[in-house]
Amino acid sequence: MAKHSFIVNGERVTVKVDKDVRLLWVLRDILGVTGPKYGCGINVCKACTSHVNGKAVNPCAIPVGDLRPDDEVTTIEGLADTVGKDLHPMQEAWIDRDVAQCGYCQPGQIMAAVDLVNRVRAENRAITDRDLDSIRNICRCGTYTRIREAIVQGARKM
Amino acid sequence: MTETAARTPDTGGSAEQARASLDRRRFVGYVLGGATLVTAADMTLGRAKSRLGLGGAAHAAIPSAPQIPELYDLEDLQTDAALPTSQLITVTIDERGHANFEFPRAEVGQGIITSTMMILAEELDLPMKKIHVTLAPARPELLMNQLTGGSNTTVSTFTPVRVAAAVARQQLLEAAAARLGGDVTRLTTIAGTVVDAAGNTLSYGELSADAASQVVKQVTVQLRPPSSYRVIGTGQRREDARAAVTGKKDFTLDLDVPGALPTMVCRPPDHRGTPVRLRNEREILRMPGVTHVAQIPTGIAVRAKTFGHCIDAIRAMDVEWEPGPIAGKSDDTILEELERAELPMAVPNVPILAEQIDTKFEFMFRSSAALEPYCAIADVREDGAEIWAGLKVPILCQENIALELGMLPNQVKVNVITSGGSFGHKLFSDHAIEAARISRAMGVPVKLMWHRADEPRQGRLHPMATSRVRATMLADQVLSFEQRHTSVVTDFSHGLGEIITSTLDEAPTEVGRFVGGFSFAQTIFTLTQELPYNMGVITQLLNETNQDFSTGSMRNIYSPDTCVAAELTIDQIGAKMGKDPLEIRRELVRNDRVRAALEAVAKRGNWGRKMPKGTAQGIALHKEYKGCTAVLVEIDCRPATVNRRIPNAVTGPRVTKAVIAVDAGLVINPMGLEAQMQGGFMDGMALTLTSSCHLEDGKFLEASWDNYFYTRQWNVPFDLDVIVMDPDTEQPGGAGEAAVGSSAAAIACAYARATGKLPTRFPINHDTVSFKPKTFIPPIPPSPRNGLKNR
Repeated sequence: MAKHSFIVNGERVTVKVDKDVRLLWVLRDILGVTGPKYGCGINVCKACTSHVNGKAVNPCAIPVGDLRPDDEVTTIEGLADTVGKDLHPMQEAWIDRDVAQCGYCQPGQIMAAVDLVNRVRAENRAITDRDLDSIRNICRCGTYTRIREAIVQGARKM
Repeated sequence: MTETAARTPDTGGSAEQARASLDRRRFVGYVLGGATLVTAADMTLGRAKSRLGLGGAAHAAIPSAPQIPELYDLEDLQTDAALPTSQLITVTIDERGHANFEFPRAEVGQGIITSTMMILAEELDLPMKKIHVTLAPARPELLMNQLTGGSNTTVSTFTPVRVAAAVARQQLLEAAAARLGGDVTRLTTIAGTVVDAAGNTLSYGELSADAASQVVKQVTVQLRPPSSYRVIGTGQRREDARAAVTGKKDFTLDLDVPGALPTMVCRPPDHRGTPVRLRNEREILRMPGVTHVAQIPTGIAVRAKTFGHCIDAIRAMDVEWEPGPIAGKSDDTILEELERAELPMAVPNVPILAEQIDTKFEFMFRSSAALEPYCAIADVREDGAEIWAGLKVPILCQENIALELGMLPNQVKVNVITSGGSFGHKLFSDHAIEAARISRAMGVPVKLMWHRADEPRQGRLHPMATSRVRATMLADQVLSFEQRHTSVVTDFSHGLGEIITSTLDEAPTEVGRFVGGFSFAQTIFTLTQELPYNMGVITQLLNETNQDFSTGSMRNIYSPDTCVAAELTIDQIGAKMGKDPLEIRRELVRNDRVRAALEAVAKRGNWGRKMPKGTAQGIALHKEYKGCTAVLVEIDCRPATVNRRIPNAVTGPRVTKAVIAVDAGLVINPMGLEAQMQGGFMDGMALTLTSSCHLEDGKFLEASWDNYFYTRQWNVPFDLDVIVMDPDTEQPGGAGEAAVGSSAAAIACAYARATGKLPTRFPINHDTVSFKPKTFIPPIPPSPRNGLKNR
């Protein structure tokens, strides 16, 4: 059993666990960071979407041993800190549009939305329906329409 | 003082009308004995009844007699079942002047905590931030008053909650009158304070001890008239919106119960198969992180340091399995069983002079699983047990776990945790009972989680069903409309939430049919099915067969299937008469509120606009839950759209636009209602176009969201519009399930018109298995390792 050290939401963490254990379980079961949710465990539902070095990834599919000491993991709990505010503009848009129903998928939806806006912005263009169609995160409550509205609204403030 | 004026009961209309309106809002409640102000309603002394009345039948169509749900529906049954115990549900005003209410219902995302806070805020005259609504643990004394389902929460609790709040406010006013001197009628309340004419104020907090009573006291109160509502009917965001978007909202799996380590179950390949033995227990116990292994009736449980360790252990297990009760059976076998169980039509199929339309539609198995999988925490000790889980029927859970453990119900504490969705999934306590069994077998607390693959394969299903319709017409009139629904048995063993009605349903279907005349399923079917049309003699009957599946009431129960069958047939009737879908509905519809919803979507959706070949509009209606919905959609079935490629996804026809009109009676929170309509629409769309479970050789092929094609962003309409109708009634209706059937039907109707072919099997993509089934032994797929690269 090896020690693994990396950064979670701005703080260095060191965990002693088998290198094969997926990051989702390290976050949830060992570190108690429960914002990323389990919905499938095979990287298809995207409920655990978080960021590694600013890009969206799915911790259920990352062996903890793959992380390097300088890798920065950001979960929903740390998103607001990345802009130095109480809430990230995307979270504000989510509240304003009253997107959540049960709320289980929404941490992953927001992390995916921020990543989408960043990628589209890097290409110097506006968000299209095609971009919104490409989001794979499942919402079993069916909040999809408000998610689309909130992303467009949140992007304007990002 | 304008406050008082605004709060005076409306006196419009005749004196008689005003009196009747006052009588309808006069109720009896209690002040319970104690040091703080605790109040409750007494609903056993009568209540206001308001039905979605008939009207506007002056048409050429042959009138139909009222159907049973028009006179007494499932909402009435559930509401009446809750009445005798309403005085056990109390509102407490504490010394801070805050209102506290332990709600005996489950919040699963439908927004009932927020809407109940609004109802309390209205009647108490207290800001929302001073109202605290929490979920009550299982309370067996509530009998049939702790079941969340049937879109009944607001219907059954609206009045009792208001009465309890009104009693509290009245007590506070009287306490203030005693302190300030003078008459109570000269006092008013503003945002949590009592004010007199001289401007003296006392906060609810200052008054709460005075307002309490040392003995139980019965009082009469007058509820506020709807004309004075200031909170009810305004759009309010969910009270947990901020917690949900910051990751602070805790679900069962997020709770930190000491010692409750991650636990999962290795399950059989067959649906409802059973374990014989684990052949390599010593090897499993030596695996990293594993602490315990135990055999239970549903499989082999393993407890470990993380869920990741549990997954690895399950994949390494070598288990001998017993086949399930449907071993060897497939979709076609069950369809044949259904055909053999079909009830005959009453009208012979060769009537003289008249014309007939016969239709038959097939509806495949579907999974009701929410995104939060089944999960529960259990801590079973020698002398008692404690459970934490999302549960819509906690009393029955408590009673069943007590039976299982050989304990008394009061030795089992069942905490109801906010769920990550339900859709019927949380009506059963499968997860909690399983967790209790494992905790007892291992002798330690456990945090049980089902793997996603377990859900469609072993979890609760919407049963496979067929729906046949025979419509008989003479010239331009419908003489009769007969619907025969044949279904795999739906498990209603949750009854009305406690063990007595549960036991009734568990009697075998055949016994129920002969002893009681109707099984519980028949009762549910009869009390929910209604066609809001004048079509002469209307009959809708259910027959059930095969009790071997794990089934349950998925959102909207029978109605998505019966509504699709009926609405598609109505389009056929119209076609035979040369009338388009809107015209035929205008002619047949026999209820003014349904007609208003129909006209609203036709107008907003621009019905009849010219559309390109391969695209079409569809329109459908549904009446249930003391309200109705009308849905208009536009669908694109052109090859370029149908064949668009997205990896590991079903694309197919795209609904490009939808308009939903909802009449949910008196609306508490229009924002929440709109959300329920949108979500109900996404469900209806999945049922018609994409989502089903394939039974093959006793096993269900689906194992995750890349097999079970619930609606995804690439299926969502670009334009989704919800119209909230204002029917001018004091009776709230149900919202949670109301849009599913009409949405499924409108999409089916549009698909038939766009393709020129009547679809007869749903979802329409069921005949193509577009994925490679995941592993059955081991029963769960490996965890991917490429997450940093594959984004």
